[in-house]
This record gives sequence, structure tokens and C-alpha cells, in this order.
Amino acid sequence: MILGHGAAVSLYPRLAWYGFRRHATYWAAALAGAFTNTVFGVLRAYVLIALWQARPGLGGYDVAGVVTYTFLTQACIGPMQLFGGGLDLPQRIRTGDVALDLVRPASLQLWCLSEDLGRAAYLFVARGAPPTLLGALLFGIVAPHAPAAFLASVALGVVVSFGWRYIVALATCWVMDDRGLAVFSLVVTTFFSGLMLPLAIFPGWFGSLARALPWSAMAQVPADVYLGTAGPARALAFQAMWAAVLLALGALMTGAARRKVVIQGG
Amino acid sequence: MIEADGLGRTFTVRRRVVHAVRDLTFRVAAGEFVACLGPNGAGKSTTIKMLTGILTPTSGRVRVAGLDPSRRRTALARRIGVVFGQRTTLWWDLPLRDSLELVRLLYKVDRKMFRERLDEMCDLLDLGGFLGTPVRQLSLGQRMRGDITAALLHDPAVLVLDEPTIGLDVVSKAEVRAFLRRLNSERGTTVLLTTHDLGDVERLCRRVLLIDHGRLAFDGTVEGLRATAPGRASIEDVVADLYLRSRTTPRTPPAPRPAADEPSGTA
Repeated sequence: MILGHGAAVSLYPRLAWYGFRRHATYWAAALAGAFTNTVFGVLRAYVLIALWQARPGLGGYDVAGVVTYTFLTQACIGPMQLFGGGLDLPQRIRTGDVALDLVRPASLQLWCLSEDLGRAAYLFVARGAPPTLLGALLFGIVAPHAPAAFLASVALGVVVSFGWRYIVALATCWVMDDRGLAVFSLVVTTFFSGLMLPLAIFPGWFGSLARALPWSAMAQVPADVYLGTAGPARALAFQAMWAAVLLALGALMTGAARRKVVIQGG
Repeated sequence: MIEADGLGRTFTVRRRVVHAVRDLTFRVAAGEFVACLGPNGAGKSTTIKMLTGILTPTSGRVRVAGLDPSRRRTALARRIGVVFGQRTTLWWDLPLRDSLELVRLLYKVDRKMFRERLDEMCDLLDLGGFLGTPVRQLSLGQRMRGDITAALLHDPAVLVLDEPTIGLDVVSKAEVRAFLRRLNSERGTTVLLTTHDLGDVERLCRRVLLIDHGRLAFDGTVEGLRATAPGRASIEDVVADLYLRSRTTPRTPPAPRPAADEPSGTA
């Protein structure tokens, strides 16, 4: 614990802790989310098992591998917010509450990131564990190839996810309403994260492109690190690169927003 | 403590340039208690946002506590406290105490000082009973007292409040007003507030700034404001007269404005 004048250093961990507790308040929502993610995991598993029995070894996965892939990516939905959301920022921009955020002597982006990491930590447990456990019970899933690297990959995935959602959220400053962007983000994220289908099965330039985009860092890459179908060092470097790019872009947008934003509502 | 010279802000709305604030010049000395009045949409909140560094002025110059707000935002934030009556800086789902603790970390207030100030605020604003209550369960009056506390824990030299008494019942209003009066007289904190409640003005402020159509329409004492309409009994009527007069002659507010330091003047 850092005391006294180093206090600002302890601000961001404290924000993460508040983010965790804040989201823990809504345990019923997390439970409902976990239930849905688990049920859809079972549906997806049956479809993919049928596909892999017809085309064994597709994309480099065996049947056990693809079942594991399914439940891991279902477990990513909550912590990575693959369906969008998780940040208060769009609403705060729309209502003008962001004025208060802009007065604070702290980085808006780091403030939001810290809180989001706390949120993700809570949802990693609350919405990650149930689908994984039920998948293991019903179908059996393989053991992690590199557990530590997998956890690091999940953490980096959360940062990439935050980086993207923060950019989408800040864009509200220019478009006045975030719903159109949210729908765009939803479509892009659910497909290119590898949630719908493993990106490894897409051939040619389209497959290469899909695997190189930032969204793959949110589900495909952590699952591959878990399964050992991707080398941990390269995978983590790929995620770290996208995390840095998106955070930098977000920082630039924060500066631009500060200069030109029309703060709505009185 | 606050200096505005020819301060202006325009917005471009659907390719049309709107002057939210234009050519605003005034000074507020350290230790003053000033109310900023004006009809809805007059430019009060825009002014507050320029004073606090949220909005960059498009013309003119502004200094608060000696700093240019939009350039020295972080340094300024440590010297001013800001309360928006219609918004909250508190964490909705967590006990009030946790939000205040975060303020301590944010402003690097040392632990001992924090405890002393919090005890003092608990005394003055009677927070003791709900420090452990999640903010979403607080009444508006309690929440407002929590927000005021959060804005003052770092002992700012200037407190800016945007409609601090909005929606409060008469008792809560009286408590907030008594607290602000004490803060101003005992600690010497400079206070600038915007309000539509003329009770705030009569009970608290020595000086009134009236903003209308983005311009300064009156700068003087409450008595001076009354003197603009001698026949009127209540301050409400006086202000209503001023608002209505400007509504019938829009865009051409009568210009003669007293120098900022003179105590009285008319629109």
C-alpha cells in the first residue's frame, strides 16, 4: 500500500476495486448473463461438433479442441463485453454528466480503463466460470496448454476490448448518439473476435485479415493460447500491439474531444 | 480570483453559428459570494464550463485562481471545487464514504487532513447518519450534501456551484445555504453559484451577475437589482421584469454596462 503523497498511484487500483464492487452489486444480471452464455454454449457446441465430425481437423482443431474453444469464447463474452457496453461513457456524454469527468484532475482514459478492469475481473469469474464448468461437465474440455500465458492473454484481451469500446464511446461526442455505432461494433466484434466461428477456419486473404484485426485479440487469441494452437509469445505480443495502438488512438481522441466537444444538456 | 475579459463561446449547430456567450467581462475578488442569474439558455452553464476548464472559450480571456482554465485544467482542478446540482460525482452503487475516499486519492489529500475535514463536514452537513449508505438510496438533499462534501475535501479556494439548490425541500435548502454562508464567511472561500431560486440570491449573495442572451445584463448588489424596478415588491417580480424586457427586445440588449468593479448598474 502506497501512503501519503504517492496517493495518486493508488487511485487507479482503487478505481479497479470500485469497478469490481460496483458490478458485483448486480449479481443477478451476471447470473442471468452466465446462464444465457452457458445455454448458447451448449447449442454452439452441438453445431460445431456436427461440423467437425463432417470435416475433422478443420482449422487445426480436433473435436475436443473445438468444444473447448466454444466454451472458452462463451466465457469471454462477459469480461470482454463482446456484445458491447460495459462503459458508462456514452450515456454520460449524452446526458452531459461527462462534464464532471472532465473537471477531475485525472486522465479520463485511465480512469475508465481502471474501472473497466475491475468490471472484467468480476465478470471473468461470474460469467466465465459457469459456461466453462458446465462445458467441462457435459462435453469435457481439454486442460490449458499454458495456464499463466492464458491468464495474461485474457488480461490483454480485456485491454484491447476496452481500447475499442472506449473509442466507440468517445465517438459519441461527434455523432451525438451512440446507437448506430453500437450496432456496428456489435456486428464487427461478434464476428471478428471469433465468437461466431473460429477465425482459423476462414481461408485465404479473408482469413488472414480476420486474424490480424484487433477483435481477434478478444476471443480467438486467448482460446488459441489456452489450446496451444498459437505460440504464447507471439500471441501476447500481437495483443499487446493492438492494446497499445487502440489506447494511443483513444488518447488522441480524448484530446480532440476535450477541445471540441459540445457538452450536452444545460 | 475570477477574471473574465471579453469572454465568448460560439457553437456551430447545423452550420449556423450560435453565440452562447459573448463579450462577457467581470471580476470576482477573493472571498466574494456571487450569484449568476439568467433565464434558461442565457449562457450561465456555458460560462461555468469555461471557468472550470471544461469548455475552451472561442474568444476573450479568462483566469481563475490565476490560471487559464482550459490550458491548466489539472492544476486548476486542485484549486477549485465544482458542484453540478443536476449531476452527481458520487458512485451510485457504493456507500457515500467510498466516493469520498476516492476524492482523497484523487486530490492527494493526506489522511490526517482528510479525516479532520471529513469530521468537520459531517458536523456541519450532518452526514454521519448516511456515510455508509449506497448513494442510490440517499434522498436528493442527502446526495447534494454528499456532493458538496466531495467538492470541498481538498479545501479549494473557489467553489463553483451550478444550481445547487434545485429540487431541494425548504429544510434542505436552508441547510445548504447556511453551510455555504459559513464556508464563505469563516473560511473565506470564494463562491460563485448559478441559480433560478431567488431565495438563494437574497439570503446569500452580496452581488449578482445577470446574464442574458450570453451578455452581462446586470452586475451589482441585490439592492441595486431591486432599484431597477422601484415599483416592484418582490425580487421575483424585479427579475421577471428584466427577463421579459429582454425577451421583447431580443438580440439588442441595452448596452451600457458598468465597469466590473462598480457595485451597481442597470440593464
